Amino acid sequence: MDLTYGPEYDAFRAEVQAFLAANRAHAPADARPKDPASIRWQARLIAQGYTARIIPAAYGGAGRPPDILKSRIIAEEFASAGVSMGLGGQGISMLVPTLLEVGTEAQRAQFIAPTLRGDMVWCQGYSEPGAGSDLASLRTSAIVDGDDFVINGQKIWTSTAHIADWMFCLVRTEPQAPKHDGISFLLLRMDTPGIEIRPLIDMTMNRNFNEVFFTDVRVPVTQIVGKRGDGWKVANVILKNERDSLSNPNAALARLNALRDIMREETIDGDRLIDKPAFRDRLMRIEGRVMALLFNDLRVLSSQLNHGQDASLARMVVKLQGTELRHELERLAIDVMGENGLAYGSNPYLRDRGSWQYAYMFYLGLIIGGGTSQIQKNIIAERGLGLPRESKLATA
Amino acid sequence: MEFGLSAEQRLLTDSVVRYLRDLAPLSRVRQIADGGRADDLIAGITELGLPALLIEDTHGGVGLTALDACLVAEVLGYHVAPVPFVANAVIAPTALRLAGSPTQQRAYLPKIAAGEMIFGAGLSSRTGARAGTGVHVRNGRLSGATRFVLDFAADAYIIADSDAGLHIVMADAAGLERRALETIDRTRPIGELIFTDTPAEPLPNAAGAFATILALGRAALAADTLGAAQYMLDQAVDYAKQRHQFGRPIGSFQAVKHMCAEMAANLEPTRAFMWYAGNSFAALPDEAPRLASHFKAHISEVGTFVAKTATEVHGGMGFTDLVGLHYWFKRIGFNRQMLGSPERLREDVSG
Repeated sequence: MDLTYGPEYDAFRAEVQAFLAANRAHAPADARPKDPASIRWQARLIAQGYTARIIPAAYGGAGRPPDILKSRIIAEEFASAGVSMGLGGQGISMLVPTLLEVGTEAQRAQFIAPTLRGDMVWCQGYSEPGAGSDLASLRTSAIVDGDDFVINGQKIWTSTAHIADWMFCLVRTEPQAPKHDGISFLLLRMDTPGIEIRPLIDMTMNRNFNEVFFTDVRVPVTQIVGKRGDGWKVANVILKNERDSLSNPNAALARLNALRDIMREETIDGDRLIDKPAFRDRLMRIEGRVMALLFNDLRVLSSQLNHGQDASLARMVVKLQGTELRHELERLAIDVMGENGLAYGSNPYLRDRGSWQYAYMFYLGLIIGGGTSQIQKNIIAERGLGLPRESKLATA
Repeated sequence: MEFGLSAEQRLLTDSVVRYLRDLAPLSRVRQIADGGRADDLIAGITELGLPALLIEDTHGGVGLTALDACLVAEVLGYHVAPVPFVANAVIAPTALRLAGSPTQQRAYLPKIAAGEMIFGAGLSSRTGARAGTGVHVRNGRLSGATRFVLDFAADAYIIADSDAGLHIVMADAAGLERRALETIDRTRPIGELIFTDTPAEPLPNAAGAFATILALGRAALAADTLGAAQYMLDQAVDYAKQRHQFGRPIGSFQAVKHMCAEMAANLEPTRAFMWYAGNSFAALPDEAPRLASHFKAHISEVGTFVAKTATEVHGGMGFTDLVGLHYWFKRIGFNRQMLGSPERLREDVSG
């Protein structure tokens, strides 16, 4: 048991802190795609080696050697300073690692650097109206015609489709093959003729999701990642990472501390909220759950550093537990605010720009998205506990 | 950076697991719960060094850490081991080490380590005193009562008075009435001590040490719950794989599968919580009491959920004495109330 990082890492932490102190004024409050300030901040972070850290410099990354602890320290320090870690989005978080793993040299050279810079924004075309939890049953078809795939079908829940330059998507290219073996992973420009984008407003009233319709959309056959029929495997190279990143316990801790501050500052009938036993008990109950996930996260981190430590089940529960916890944490904030907790949008009594109300609803979305809580439970039960797989009902 | 157990820690727990698996199966637990004597098991765990765990080698102990004590408590909970531990091997040695005089340490620690004396602990005056309880000191003698004394079948007791003091009281002291109390958990002897001008030996440094002593006792009970809950989950998963209804294992139905997944999802992170809280007694001593309280409050809620859910997965058989799952259910229920219920612990840490 050794929870220290050692002198080299303590020095690195000091370096990150010094950078943050000197440069935080340049950081956007919230990095957004196509926002010039966000793109400048992204460039500064890559130059410093704080984002795109281990991606080779030849592809526009920072080209540093892999070091889990240094990456961790950067994430911890940015989180505790409340400073943006630069651009996110599915191009950077999902497509870049996929291309590094299974892309051709030409694809890496063409796509990775502009994506990291923020000059090329991506959206992900996976889910369909008829293929949600059962993603592999997707039906959007791509048929070869000359040098092109011709795509017809529909995608849904497509975040940022309306601002994206490109899409990476899963399509059915081999309709005769078993469902997992008939899928290919394609890259396409969003301004290709035949693509129609319709917004799908979510319960927070944000316009982030879209439906995307394809009518005879022609995509060069060279824009495939991996081989025809390998799309499911290509997508799964990184699907696991997506689940983990949705539920960072350090972010939950920061929210818990902000909630505690509200409860110390605000009053009801003249009493501080923190002095109300029922509220205080709920806060402490959530604090205990946050601690459990923080230490669980430390265990997962340690298992990546030290061979022979098994944390597979510990890792499997993170998405389920993390998103459910955040939803409850945000709900407690609304409950302690009482009627003020109902404020939204332009209401002058809105606290923290409505972030509590927004996150309360947004985390319900995350409980569903990226593999629903029910799918997570199937995974835990089947892969973690070895329970038998659901027997498939005979299809009529 | 390494957040995990050492090879030595695995050896330690493996040795206790092997011993209990061979010599304290459910049939033996039942005998002891029904009034049989546990002398051979107590001798066996003494041989393994359990009472000596937290005692320095200068006093005949093995000088291990709070985390090691938690790891052992986890194994004891897994096996619902009907042996003294939390008072005798955790609270009493810690009280003597932190609050006792050198003379007291020399007198008692080697005897605990060697199994020549067993200590119980009555701390209820300071962990939620109920009407009719409370211990008062007059002229160095104790009056009053303390209930739900842990490891009650003992030769001496560590007693918390209603102020800030700790005392050693011999089981055969004049003016001490001992009443065994039946509880839901028959794997542990529990009782009430009634003091009438009872001679006692004060521990001179109790005031500053009590928080840590209590915290270690809480951490050990919480670890016991983790072990017991892990056993119940393991049994539920096994049962769900074997039991067939409608022509298929019940574990293939999502209703049952999700009950098991929810148990695992809640329980698995508590293991890291136990490591961190246990390790904090050495690494972050100022934070240890708060972490131990949080850990016990949290694992008590998770344990209660697992105890109920694992019983339900077993269907009607879970409700029977035949399967015996109720020993674990009751052990978890017992640990939940002892030395501070979750509500009280959360109240303590919210300040």
